[in-house]
Parts: sequence; structure tokens; C-alpha cells
Amino acid sequence: MPPVTEQAAGAIQTSLGHPTLPSIAFFLVIVAITLVITYWAAKRTKTTKEFYAAGRSVSAFQNGLALAGDYMSAASFLGIAGMVALKGYDGMIYAVGWLVGWPALMFLVAEPLRNLGKYTFADVVAFRLKQTPVRIAAAIGGILTVLFYTIAQMVGSGSLIKLMFGLPYEVAEVLVGVIMLAYVLFGGMLATTWVQIIKAVLLLFGVSVMMVIVLAKFNFSPGELYSAVVTQYGQGALEPGGLITSPVDAISLGLALMFGLLGLPHILQRFFTVPDAKAARTSVLYATGFIGYFYIIIPIVGFGAAALVGRQVITSIDKGGNMAAPLLAEFLGGTPFLGFIAAVAFATILAVVAGLTLAAASSFSHDIYVHVIKGGTCTEQEEVRASKIATLLFGIVAVCLGILFKGQNVAFMVGLAFAIACSANFPALILSIFWKRFTTAGAVCSILTGAFLAVGLIIISPTVWVDVFKNPKGSELFALKNPAIVSMTASFVVGWIVSLVTKDEVAQQKFEDEKIRTYLGVGAE
Amino acid sequence: MQKNVRDLLESKEFKGLVTKRASVSIVLLVFLFVSYYGFILLIGFDKSFLAQKISETGVTTIGIPLAVAVILAAWFLTVIYVVWANMVYDPEVRRLRALLLGK
Repeated sequence: MPPVTEQAAGAIQTSLGHPTLPSIAFFLVIVAITLVITYWAAKRTKTTKEFYAAGRSVSAFQNGLALAGDYMSAASFLGIAGMVALKGYDGMIYAVGWLVGWPALMFLVAEPLRNLGKYTFADVVAFRLKQTPVRIAAAIGGILTVLFYTIAQMVGSGSLIKLMFGLPYEVAEVLVGVIMLAYVLFGGMLATTWVQIIKAVLLLFGVSVMMVIVLAKFNFSPGELYSAVVTQYGQGALEPGGLITSPVDAISLGLALMFGLLGLPHILQRFFTVPDAKAARTSVLYATGFIGYFYIIIPIVGFGAAALVGRQVITSIDKGGNMAAPLLAEFLGGTPFLGFIAAVAFATILAVVAGLTLAAASSFSHDIYVHVIKGGTCTEQEEVRASKIATLLFGIVAVCLGILFKGQNVAFMVGLAFAIACSANFPALILSIFWKRFTTAGAVCSILTGAFLAVGLIIISPTVWVDVFKNPKGSELFALKNPAIVSMTASFVVGWIVSLVTKDEVAQQKFEDEKIRTYLGVGAE
Repeated sequence: MQKNVRDLLESKEFKGLVTKRASVSIVLLVFLFVSYYGFILLIGFDKSFLAQKISETGVTTIGIPLAVAVILAAWFLTVIYVVWANMVYDPEVRRLRALLLGK
């Protein structure tokens, strides 16, 4: 049955794709406010502790918002709304998966991380192991994760900005690069945190307003909204469709989403910005609340877009459905509301890329430059300088990669980032904190196994082998779309076996001392 | 009274604290696994269950409130952990810290 969208299609004459006065005005206001904050933060950012960790002065509530800001990317805002609009209930299933890592993060690593770490998650992995080899391995895992995540964000942002403002792709890339570099370079973690907070508040506010107006159109009854969706697209819109066909595949993706979160360097770094373990724990409570709320209301926006704007109009603007939320905003509140939502999406991109850049730069300067090249001895000024150079370099690399991958299918790269995070970073982190027998050799082998297996298996999986390389369907060498169930297990097994056959007496002795810091916070930074 | 580190690490109280934290974490993690992977497996093995309608007159399927319930359950587990940590874990940590560091 063809969808009944003539009435909606006739009503919409979109100004999407053209810079409008409201969108430019909102965008300029957001950029102006964030730059003022950066100026304020720059005066408070002199030492390494201030640059990497905002002087550990961020409150639990602020960090909760900033964590939510780091996690709610433009891809998840626009992508999940679009998925619900086009595929219905499958989009909701997908949204649930993005939340469930947060409780695991709280139960397993939030507090030990805060008690043991200084600036990067490698501090925690390397706490009682030999610094040089473990730092190098952890930096490889961390930087690979951030790199793939950044490419996905940059390529996505170029296309989104082009769709919303009509700016050429390359100009959009450079614009994102320059503004976010201003935040990170001058304001460090303090400015980045406040950019995240502002963006999270704007995003939650914008989506809430959309939800309320959508529900108001259906007498505040979700049932009526669903009826309108079913009338147009059939009952199938509210039933599970083709997203989960193989349970093993679904479990593997679920593992990657859940434990990948526990290995994302830019998320883990946030726990060093709060004063103590209690604040670390409480900030996850807030973050889970905000993100959970976000993923509960996003489907209403998606269904609202399907019912009010129509699938045909949405796909005519962008096949993937990414413009469902902006189109709905325009339908509900005209050009001004569209301008607001577009500006918020832009701010979201800036904030997420800034957080990723800071995490990558910290890994370069703190783990590689200070601990490997300088052997752990380095003055405060030298390290701040190194971190700023690393920030600038990573920013330039991000823009170049964004332009290089223009028009490529990079959707798999977020999945890949999560696969590496849960296979390379997470097992080493958890074993180092909780298992006494874990050795330096075990850590290095576990990280490298996880990283290379995750990358290798995803290349020969249908995700890349068929969808990106265009090989015939069924010719893939590895059947699962996400390799986490294999690569994460292998990383744990390798870490365990290598630790059992090698000796690391220093590491075992230090484990006892580490415990009073892990559990009681005695000696924590 | 000040204790030395070795005594404290060997003490029953400290070991009890470590075990207690591990059990609470693991139990909550099991609940999280059961709710999320239970949901995923239900979709994998029995799509028709989620496709049932809640009421005779409406169109809303069981799947919709169930997805919301999985999110709420995940958040509720974090609330349980924070309440436990604030009421049981933190006072215990404060007491042991005082023993170790003196008042």
C-alpha cells in the first residue's frame, strides 16, 4: 500500500539546504557563547592538571551533562530519529542498545578509574605494570578507537552541514576543525566540558520541545500518534522488522555497544575531571538519566516525523533519513525552529569532535611523549606545550581525513570504534584493576590481539567486505557484522594465558598497594 | 588508632568491603544482562510476542512499552548502586580510611 503523504508533501516547502537568517543567527549565538567560555577557561588553563582534567573541579551534575554531551552525537540524534521514522520499531530496538553500557560503566570502572588514574585511561592500565610497553600498547588501542570515531563524525558532519546549511563539504570540514581547535587549544578540558554541557542542555531542550508539540498534535496520547503511523504505513511500523535476524549477531553488537563504552578514551577521561570517586559514580547516575530520557523521547520524534512529514518527503531529501528531525522541526515551528535545531546539531558535532581531539592529544602527549619518549620526567611547561602541539596536529589530521573520506561509506567506523574499544581497551583495563596475576606481557598481548582482531575481522565481515568493497553477497569470510563476541573473548583469553605463563613480581606486589587506592581512594590524585 | 597498610589489607573488614562491592556489582550486572539480552533474544526468537497489541482497540504493541522498560530498568539499576554505595560503601570507606590515616 503506498504511503499517503500528498497532504504532507504539499504542505512542506523546505528551506533545508539553504542558510536562513534564523539558522545563521542561532549558530552565531552558540559559537559566540562557547568562545566567550573558552576565553574564560583559557585564563584558568595553565597546568597539565587544568588542561587534561579541568583542575578536577567539575561537579558530578556538570560531569553527568558533559558525559551525556560526549555521547549524544549528531549521528545518534539525527540517525536514530531517521531510523524510527523510516523503519519504525527497529529504530527503537537500536536506541535501547546505546544506553545499556552506562550501568555497566558505573558498576565496573567508574570509581576505580577515578581513584587510580591521572589524565588518561592508560594511567590506570599501566598503574602497576611496566610503563613503556603498556603505555605504547594502550595508546595504540586508544588512538585507533578515537581515530575511527573521529572519521565517522567528520564525514557525517560534512554531509549534515551541507544538507542543513548548504555549505560546501570542504568548507564545513574546515569550519568544524577551526572552531573546535579554538576550544581545545585555548580552553583545554574546562572549555571542552562547558561546550559539552551547553550542547547537552540545548539538545535535550530542543528534542523535548519537539516531543511536546508532536504529542500536542495527538491530544497528548502516544496511542493516537501510533494510530496515525499505522494508518499510513501499516501495523509493521510498530513490530520488530529486519534489524535482528541472527541472535548471535545481535548479541555481538550488544556486547560491542555495552563494553565498548567502557573503553572509549574520551568518555573515560571525563572521570578524571571530578573531585573524587563519589562524584564519579554520581555523574554516571545523572548521565544515564539524561541519555535514557533522550533515547525514550527520540522515537516519539521519529514516529512524529513519519506521521506528520511523511517517509516519502524524508527520503526525498536524504535517503538515510537523517533529515527526519530537522524536517519535523520545520513542520512544527517553521524556519525559526528549523534554524534552532540545525544550529544545535552543528553545536553537537563541534562538541563531540572537540572531546575526541582532546582525548587523542592527551594520549599522544601524556602517554607517548612524556612516559615513553621522556621516560616520565618532563616539566609542566614541556608537557602542556606537547599536548597543544598534539591537539593541533590531531585537529589537522581530522580535517584532512574528513576530506579524504568524502562520499565514502563510513557508517561502519562507529561500530569499528566500539569493537576496538571493547576488544583492546576494555579487557586490559578490567584485568589490570581486578586481577592480581595480570602481567605486563599479558596486557600488551591482550591489547594488540583485541585491536588487530577487531580491525581484521571487520574487514572480512559483511559490513566492509560486502557493503564497502562491493564484493558479492555471501562471499564474506567472517559471518558476523560486528566481531566483538570473538575479538573481545580472544583478548581476554590471550591476556589470561600470557599472564599465567609470564612472571611480573613487581606488578603482583604493587597490586596490594593499589587496592587501598582502588577501594578507599587513599593516595588518589 | 593508626594501622599499617599491610594489617589493613589483611583485615577482615577490608576484605569484606572488597567482596561486598564485587557481589553488588556482579548481581546488578546480571540484572542488566538479563533485561537487555533477554529483550534482544526475545526479538531474535519470538518476534510475534512483541508484535501483540496491548489492547483490543489500540494499535500499540507490547514491544513499545517493553523497550522503554529496558531503558528505565537500566537507569533504576544505577539508582540502586548509588543508594547502596552512599549508604553502605562510603561510611565503611570513611571508617577504614580513618583507621589507616588517623583522624
